[in-house]
Amino acid sequence: MAFASGYFKTSYSADLALVETRSRWVCLMVLMVGLIIFPFMASAFLLDIANQIFLAFIAAIALMLLTGYAGLISLGHAGLIAAGAFTTAILFKEINAPIYLTLPASGLVGAILGIIFGLPSLRLKGLYLALSTLALHFIVIYIGAEYESTRSYATGVIIDSPALGPLLIEDPRIWYFVFFFADILLILFAINLIRSRTGRAWIAIRDRDVAAEALGIKVARAKLSAFVICSVITSIAGCLFAYYRGFVSVEAFNLFMTIEYIAMIIIGGIGTILGAVFGTIFVVILPYAIDWIVDIFRIPTRFTTYVFAIKFAGFGLIMIVFLVLEPDGLVGIWKRLRDYFILWPFKYKTLGK
Amino acid sequence: MQLVVNVVQMAALYCLICCGYVLIYRASRVLNLAHGEFMAMGGYFLFTVTLSLISEPIPAFIIACFLSLVLGFGIYFFLMRFMAGESVFAAVLVTVSLGILLRGLMTLIWTSQSWHPLQNMKMENASHQLFEGAVISTFGIVMVASAVILYLALFLAFKFTRWGLRMRAVGEHPLLASQRGIGLHKFYALSWGIAVFSGGLAGMIQACDTGLEPSMFIIGLKAFPVVLVGGLDSLAGVIIGAFVVALAEILAINYISPQASEVAPFAVLLFMLLIRPWGLFGTKEELERV
Repeated sequence: MAFASGYFKTSYSADLALVETRSRWVCLMVLMVGLIIFPFMASAFLLDIANQIFLAFIAAIALMLLTGYAGLISLGHAGLIAAGAFTTAILFKEINAPIYLTLPASGLVGAILGIIFGLPSLRLKGLYLALSTLALHFIVIYIGAEYESTRSYATGVIIDSPALGPLLIEDPRIWYFVFFFADILLILFAINLIRSRTGRAWIAIRDRDVAAEALGIKVARAKLSAFVICSVITSIAGCLFAYYRGFVSVEAFNLFMTIEYIAMIIIGGIGTILGAVFGTIFVVILPYAIDWIVDIFRIPTRFTTYVFAIKFAGFGLIMIVFLVLEPDGLVGIWKRLRDYFILWPFKYKTLGK
Repeated sequence: MQLVVNVVQMAALYCLICCGYVLIYRASRVLNLAHGEFMAMGGYFLFTVTLSLISEPIPAFIIACFLSLVLGFGIYFFLMRFMAGESVFAAVLVTVSLGILLRGLMTLIWTSQSWHPLQNMKMENASHQLFEGAVISTFGIVMVASAVILYLALFLAFKFTRWGLRMRAVGEHPLLASQRGIGLHKFYALSWGIAVFSGGLAGMIQACDTGLEPSMFIIGLKAFPVVLVGGLDSLAGVIIGAFVVALAEILAINYISPQASEVAPFAVLLFMLLIRPWGLFGTKEELERV
């Protein structure tokens, strides 16, 4: 990271600090205050987009931990979200369970799925997790569809808004703060996790598994822990998804959803938490931006039927462009910009990162 | 008996598709996750050719096959070539993105409604009576025949021709092969070309048999268990794997439910990962346990 000058770390606590300089504290505080007053200023439409971003962010962080830090590809992210959502739906419909029961239950189901599908594939080198998570996707969707058809919820399961004690979480503003709080907790968890022994083991395996093994890292265990942590967080995101939408149906969890999450981390920049933030914002806003462009340029309605296909092709194209030309993603661009302004008027390359 | 015929036809379809997975994996260790889309592209090429150029079936097939081959070369030279020095991980992600791009383009160009190239060719997909009352459609026969021909041709080419030998060398050790003066790019491109060609051929025949829509790529995903059962780097294994998976799928349709048939191949995949992850014919050293 670039610093203008005169910044030295003189104590261990300064070396460990998450937020390093006073100006960064100021920026962070401004951002926090901005995010807190946002729901009172924004329209219902903007609030919904913000909620979608916050919600998607939970699962995006999980995928970032798995793919960006441990270097494992998962094609079953939609399946894991579906697992959480269906656990919630089934518990709600069958025993009318409250949220403080369904949330841990979803996490538990995620952990079990993570172990079942991770164990066979993670003991192997290479990208076998991609294959077994593909299996996970289809199996979870199959089970969900079976539940829907046997209990004759043909179109989907409707879920009431959850209540925490006397507080009914129904208003989008309350949802906003629930997600906001969850996201902050998750970011703190993720940042500290990847600084810890487990996270550093993941990074070592991602960079070179043979060397990691030679350093005494138990590769199989570290990979499995990465996948289980990822699937637990994702299933919990699925539970929140079910409550927020109020409606669970297998159609929502198609492969396109998986693709969206992969797009988030690739476009944002693989291997950084900040990348997940940028990527989530970009991917969630992109469809609305396309709609907006369609509106502004008064493109004839004949073409608006193609919007979904354009979105699809656009995702693919943007991802390829980023992978080939800018593997660091939006974070790479952001870092270059920031360094340029911090170091201005000089053009020295900074040492290290 | 009908069951046997169905299994054989489905296995032939899987053989045609999976040949592409194996060729690309052998050449560059990349799992090509866009293969289902390549297959659908083949079907759409045939549809477009029959619609606008020529409605005779055989020339149309030849032109569409040629287009698939060109698509394969093009994808290598304009995209995958740049991933040559990058990690396998990045290359696999590129194929994922490519798949999405192709799927979007397909829906953009041909819309998501289903098409029937057969109507353009003024042909009927007649069903033929085989022994003991088993029925197979014309294109079922075409499918089985072309799978047999393709595999024979590939085996002979790998065994007896100079190019086949070089392709095997490139797959085994790219560095040594290039030091012996083998042009790596040429052979990588060749394996991509043949892979897309065979996948596209599968798509064309399947499109004639059952119709064409963008969701056809799912068949490509269901073909993954096939390669894994056979062994990711073994062409011979694909044939066995195709029969195993086709059998599981047809049995699931008949005895459990049509929905279960979507899952059956993946149950096979998980089972295989548990007991013999390198596949029936795969190289064991390829894949160490950690």
